[in-house]
Amino acid sequence: MSTDRFRDLSNTALAGRLGVPRVPLLRRYEPGQPLLPGPALVTSVGAGRFAKPIAALVEESGQQVLDAVGDQKLAAVVVDLTAATTLDDLAAARAILTPAVRKLAPSGRLLLLGPEPAEASAGAGVEAAATAQALDGLVRTIAKELRAGATANLLVVAAQAPPAAVDSAVRFFLSARSAYVDGQVVRIGVPVGSPQDPAAMDSPTLPEKPLSGRVAVVTGAARGIGAAIADTLARDGATLVVVDIPAAGENLAKVANRTGGTALQLDITAVDAPERLIAHLTQRHGRLDLLVHNAGITRDKLLANMDPDRWKAVLDVNLRAQLRITEALLGEGTLLQDGSRIVCVSSQSGIGGNRGQANYVASKAGIIGMVRALAPVVAEKGVTINAVAPGFIETEMTAKMPLGTREAGRRVNSLRQGGLPVDVAETIGWLGQADSGGVNGQVVRVCGQSMLGA
Amino acid sequence: MPSTPRRAAVIGGNRIPFARANGRYARASNLDMLTTTLDGLVARYGLAGERLGEVVAGAVLKHSRDFNLTREAVLGSRLAPSTPAYDVQQACGTGLEAAILVANKIALGQIESGVAGGVDTASDAPIAVNEDLRKVLVAINGARTVQQRVKLLAKLRPGQIVPDIPRNSEPRTGLSMGEHAAITAKEWGVSREAQDELAAVSHRNLAAAYERGFLDDLVTPYLGLTRDDNLRPDSSVEKLATLRPVFGTQFGDDATMTAGNSTPLTDGAALALLGSDEWAAAHKLPVLAHLVDAETAAVDYVHGRDGLLTAPVYAVPRLLERSGLTLQDFDFYEIHEAFASTVLATLKAWEDVEFAKDRLGLDAPLGSIDRSRLNVTGSSLAAGHPFAATGGRIVATLAKLVHEKGTGEGGRKARGLISICAAGGQGVVAILEAA
Repeated sequence: MSTDRFRDLSNTALAGRLGVPRVPLLRRYEPGQPLLPGPALVTSVGAGRFAKPIAALVEESGQQVLDAVGDQKLAAVVVDLTAATTLDDLAAARAILTPAVRKLAPSGRLLLLGPEPAEASAGAGVEAAATAQALDGLVRTIAKELRAGATANLLVVAAQAPPAAVDSAVRFFLSARSAYVDGQVVRIGVPVGSPQDPAAMDSPTLPEKPLSGRVAVVTGAARGIGAAIADTLARDGATLVVVDIPAAGENLAKVANRTGGTALQLDITAVDAPERLIAHLTQRHGRLDLLVHNAGITRDKLLANMDPDRWKAVLDVNLRAQLRITEALLGEGTLLQDGSRIVCVSSQSGIGGNRGQANYVASKAGIIGMVRALAPVVAEKGVTINAVAPGFIETEMTAKMPLGTREAGRRVNSLRQGGLPVDVAETIGWLGQADSGGVNGQVVRVCGQSMLGA
Repeated sequence: MPSTPRRAAVIGGNRIPFARANGRYARASNLDMLTTTLDGLVARYGLAGERLGEVVAGAVLKHSRDFNLTREAVLGSRLAPSTPAYDVQQACGTGLEAAILVANKIALGQIESGVAGGVDTASDAPIAVNEDLRKVLVAINGARTVQQRVKLLAKLRPGQIVPDIPRNSEPRTGLSMGEHAAITAKEWGVSREAQDELAAVSHRNLAAAYERGFLDDLVTPYLGLTRDDNLRPDSSVEKLATLRPVFGTQFGDDATMTAGNSTPLTDGAALALLGSDEWAAAHKLPVLAHLVDAETAAVDYVHGRDGLLTAPVYAVPRLLERSGLTLQDFDFYEIHEAFASTVLATLKAWEDVEFAKDRLGLDAPLGSIDRSRLNVTGSSLAAGHPFAATGGRIVATLAKLVHEKGTGEGGRKARGLISICAAGGQGVVAILEAA
């Protein structure tokens, strides 16, 4: 993995005197870390129904909750704007946010909750819809203005969603787990499936181990982001089945043993791959609570020079295998249960396109289409399916990029640095929780609010 | 302890790809390879931190520092350090003999689970000091006075610097294994064409097995090697026919054994996971096969009429009689390909009327086998033969084969026969049956 030397240099005293812009060191999650390192301002405009439960959630975590800006630095600012319907409400939000962002601590968290614009329009008219949509632009702008590793994100909550539906998202976005998720808008609906893991009914899930008792499959787990996903899910209590091509078995075995899981050497493009995966899961676990479609390859060429083999190889691994395996598991009917979660790894280039990657981009955009189409289908079984779209992540792959391309990739985002594999993994871990059922059919970017494809 | 023995289950196995000597694994020690293979097995079956009944393995070419090789491998692996281990050594029979030892303890209820196999390196082989030098050094070490030491030092000679390199030869005959096999091949009239054909089929079968993913859960890559590097998928009788004989050259035009129809020196390791049915069920692990019975035989190849590698010819009829089976009652035959001629001579001996009567003491010969059932996923000619590793490779392979087939003729459980010849005139054979 390449190290970000510029970030390190920018944090020296000399760089400070020379006026070099500082690249912040992001606060990241470690086991045992409290939800927030300092007090949080939790407030609402109008009669928002989320501010109180969120304040309780923060207090329960042991942190102080304030209802107005004072002298203290703030670790987080949460403003419930779900009842905001007018431009006056918007002005009230401005009045809260202007002093609050000045007090936001390094790696601070700004989290807004807003209504669904379409619902707002149907309920309270056009001004309400305009107000709701204004929040979208507002949060993206705040994210661009914040410094020192602070992030801003928006939860758009459906009118029918009960207050508890947002809990897992609030925990994720307030905690250090969301270090590299910035400027994002996530929609939260009525939760799909049981919020509690059926396997863990007897023993309540510990906040430290939100995935305890859950069986997770991670494809492409031998290296890079896949290995980080396996490590992170195991840390959070999941039982792992790590999958990769037989040729990657040496590393895969290490990941399996490190996480206390099992290694399944399997070419996911093989005709019998879904059948073999199902047989393995049936024999060893009898269930599947979290399926992470991570395996992906690149075979870059400009479209003008693209041959059918390169096209097929990338589409087969990155998209067709996901389609076939998901379809087979849904058809099988017993492994995926109420509360099971599917998370697919897309890419920011699947949203914005990327020169020289027509095949890769097609596959990663295809994943987004698949997720959106499957979301209502799997919801009937109590299952959710979402995608994460990593931006520039520091891996062996990006370390091989030419310096100029790499530096450009790293800096064109609001946090002015590349993310780490663990940032992608943390996001998947959140979406994989049983109590994340309110998020379905979504694409969550893990990109530090990259300018690319935004 | 149960009063009647139960059958030990074969759950699966793991090996690293076998590498031709002085190649990819030239710098890997037996301990490195055995530990890695054990860790690959742990990863495949999710055994990290698990205490197993025992791990039994061995190596034929072994450094004196590796006196506790298998236990050291366990300590270096992800298994619980409370897992006991010991070494066995029975030349090329080591891996299978280890599996029989573990299976017998499981059958008796003494242990619930175990790992068996072996490892060998012909690259990182031990080199001993010259025997003359060793004697002088031992004496110097034991000397009590400076004068005695000086006197002994004076005995050192330049010629003693030449080390003792292990040879692939029988201590009692001075002949290499290949030379012994060549004598047996001549005796049974095994043709060059038949040997080359067997070798070509072995390569073809192993290549096809890799292609269909059969080895996906039997092999874990090591040091960047993902398949056995002795494997020649494009091997053919025509290509093999161009090689010149290397063993039995004293027979002139009748010399038939080449580098193509003999196994090369190879490095590698292989292990099989065994357990009771109960242990497998408790760990949600599949039972592929049961080890039904086994037999070891030895022949007097020094003074008697038997060839060095012909002991399985005697072991199999004894095993069949005890099991009430005929040679034709099997769906798979795994006959270790030390040399193509060894397999063919073994089959001829079982077909021979006089041999049956005179040497095996049988009224009728065992008869011939359906050759399409022989080494169906390739054997040592293609994969290579790290001596002690071959048994573990074959046990795991055959267990998977009978499991895939499920049932044989008349709806009985699919069944396979293993036959492995070994240096010192020994042979180890066993029967596996689908679970």
